[in-house]
Amino acid sequence: MTSRLGLSGNTAAAYAVRQLDVDVVPVYPITPSTTIMETLAQYAADGRMDAEIITVESEHSAISAAAAASAAGARTFTSTSSQGLLYMHEVLYVTSGLRLPVVMAVANRAISAPINIWNDQSDVFAERDTGWIQIHAESVQDVYDRMVQAYRIAEDSRVRLPVMVNYDGFVLSHAHGPVTIVADEEVAHFARRVASPFRLDPDSPISLGAIVWPDHYFEVKYQAARALEDSRRVIDEVQNDFRGMTGRKYELLRPYMAEDADFLLLAIGSVCGTIKTAARKMRSEGLKVGLIGLDVYRPFPGKELMRLIGGAKAVGVLDKAFLPGSMAGPAYTDVTSALCRYGVNVPVHDFVAGIGGRDIKVEDVQTMYRVLEKAKDNARFDREIHYVGLRR
Amino acid sequence: MDIGTVVRDSGSTIHAKKSGWRSTQPLIDYKRCTSCGWCWAYCPEPAIRLEGGKYIIDYSFCKGCGICAVECPLHCISMVME
Amino acid sequence: MPYRAIKQLPAEEYLAPGHDMCAGCTVPITVRLLTRIAGKNTVVVNATGCLEVSTTPYPRSAWKIPWLHLAFENAAAAGSGVSAAFKVLKRKGLTDKDVKVVVLGGDGGTADIGLQSLSGAFERGDDITYVCYDNEAYMNTGIQRSGTTPFGAWTTTTPPGLLSAGQRTWKKDLMGIVIAHRVKYAATASPSHIIDAANKIEKAFSKGGPAFIHFLQPCVPGWKIDPSLGVKIARLAVQSGLWPLYEYEDGSVRTTVQVAKRVPVVEYFKLQGRFKHLMNRPEELTLIQNYADGLAAKHGYGPLVPASQ
Repeated sequence: MTSRLGLSGNTAAAYAVRQLDVDVVPVYPITPSTTIMETLAQYAADGRMDAEIITVESEHSAISAAAAASAAGARTFTSTSSQGLLYMHEVLYVTSGLRLPVVMAVANRAISAPINIWNDQSDVFAERDTGWIQIHAESVQDVYDRMVQAYRIAEDSRVRLPVMVNYDGFVLSHAHGPVTIVADEEVAHFARRVASPFRLDPDSPISLGAIVWPDHYFEVKYQAARALEDSRRVIDEVQNDFRGMTGRKYELLRPYMAEDADFLLLAIGSVCGTIKTAARKMRSEGLKVGLIGLDVYRPFPGKELMRLIGGAKAVGVLDKAFLPGSMAGPAYTDVTSALCRYGVNVPVHDFVAGIGGRDIKVEDVQTMYRVLEKAKDNARFDREIHYVGLRR
Repeated sequence: MDIGTVVRDSGSTIHAKKSGWRSTQPLIDYKRCTSCGWCWAYCPEPAIRLEGGKYIIDYSFCKGCGICAVECPLHCISMVME
Repeated sequence: MPYRAIKQLPAEEYLAPGHDMCAGCTVPITVRLLTRIAGKNTVVVNATGCLEVSTTPYPRSAWKIPWLHLAFENAAAAGSGVSAAFKVLKRKGLTDKDVKVVVLGGDGGTADIGLQSLSGAFERGDDITYVCYDNEAYMNTGIQRSGTTPFGAWTTTTPPGLLSAGQRTWKKDLMGIVIAHRVKYAATASPSHIIDAANKIEKAFSKGGPAFIHFLQPCVPGWKIDPSLGVKIARLAVQSGLWPLYEYEDGSVRTTVQVAKRVPVVEYFKLQGRFKHLMNRPEELTLIQNYADGLAAKHGYGPLVPASQ
């Protein structure tokens, strides 16, 4: 039985956490993710969720308590944004390195300084290489659905890695939208617990977090990196099962009018909605444009992406983050290395927009598509970043 | 190799002998020893254990620190060169 | 029933020999005692430090009970996580164990970089027993001063010189900070006073809430001492009044080991290379002796008896 509720991204994530029978929830407030923990605290106070809520004194302790509880065999969840995610940085590596299947919701927000509470994706891109599976939502429905899928992926014995479910701060974390909810018992069955390959158990004691010398460290890190690469198969399986349960289709990438498109934009998160509107407009004007949403960002689906963009005349990558001094935005560097690796020859342009909550309008997207149209006969890679919506 | 650097073989440093760390070794004078257990309680390894009512030193693990000799209330442990 | 003799202490060991702690290190004496009293149904959470690196040379481990290390500054938070996990898993029927959660951190991991997570766990009343093994400097990285390094001590970052007599600040009052959190139990302890320590450990576990034990741990390379003298020096710390043994319980502090005749601090210092430069600095020695006199008065210790008498 399904029902439809009007939820924000944060309350949708919290709703899923309640259904997923999560055991331990260490939480610390930060805008714009705070309402998740408020909602969970209320669920616990009302007896609607049997979990230990730990009101820690920092995000660093939130992720530390989450990792430790996970090591003890508990299903754990936490959430954060921006500075909070950065404060977790060190322990994010520890969590993936020790193969602890923590799930975290991240309402993406710009990074200080200057302090800014609005959305861009600089926070998650700063944690891009921490070994976590990183999934992005385009809508509030996605937030809920990806949360329901998250533990199945994280806890699978072939994966055993933490999962980050990302969604744009305020745009998705606070704006309410209709969410089709899966019944509690169906979620419980879908995300049922699997035997953990290890946990802190006095009956068969393990040591976890030992010092590893040069004769094993490389192998340990490779093993985790390999598991992250290979997790795409498990993500596929979980997405398929989820489709079987709900009829809603999820893939590593989300193509929109991409099949015959001459000009493709690759983008992440809620901006995809704006791009779709712009794309429909331009299609009606006769320009064959399309979009690919980079939904699963880690592991990066390079091979799958190349299959989808093979026929395009020009490709644009929209980055809602900076990599100062690196000559490109973060998604651009991943896309271009995939292009090189697979020998796909197409002009690629880098657009940086939507920084610190700056609105990306339909006209901005149309500008990007026009840049691509002009560039189709030009060199493979553009020489500079197009900053869209920037006053100079 | 187990994932996540899990060590399942708990207490497995027992396979790492430490006798090479030592330049002097403790000898218990059992004629005077009353098996009070102080040497056992203060041994940092532990390289001393109770066997048949008598404290014996496992020289595979004794690093020769000499704490047992200093702390023995009856001064019946002496440190001798290897 | 409190322990009264060595022979009454539990014999089952949970720290295996063959670890890499220095010869003469006093920390494993404490850890052995702690884990023997804690018993099988215990999870140890360890902050980064000497103990952590020396007991788990992958793929081996000296620990015979479940052991977890995440990082340096978050051991208390990790302890809270483990404690919460067992609590809820038991409630849900996913484990039948009641485990003790023991957190072990050095002075850096506890009083400096780990102070925030320690404060959080204690303020929340989480059910952990935190044991600080205080060797009075960052020993694992090669003897740099910490907030608990005593006044006058040499470390590599407080070297005595023309313009310096070593550490210029007084030892951070970690017990005072902990007690300010109104924990269920807090105590100082010394590896030299095994029975006193054993009873404190037992008490800490019995409280069902945050408990703290602060052990002073002589360090062979860091204190520049003979490896055979660690326990003896720890005893002198108590006898000099610099390391009074006391406990905090139900809102009040009680001295647990009385010292009838105090030894001068110089008796404690002269066995340690880290205080060697003070031996011809009577001004500093007087300051420290006055400091010890103050501590001794607070705990009702007896009069100073110079070594010559």
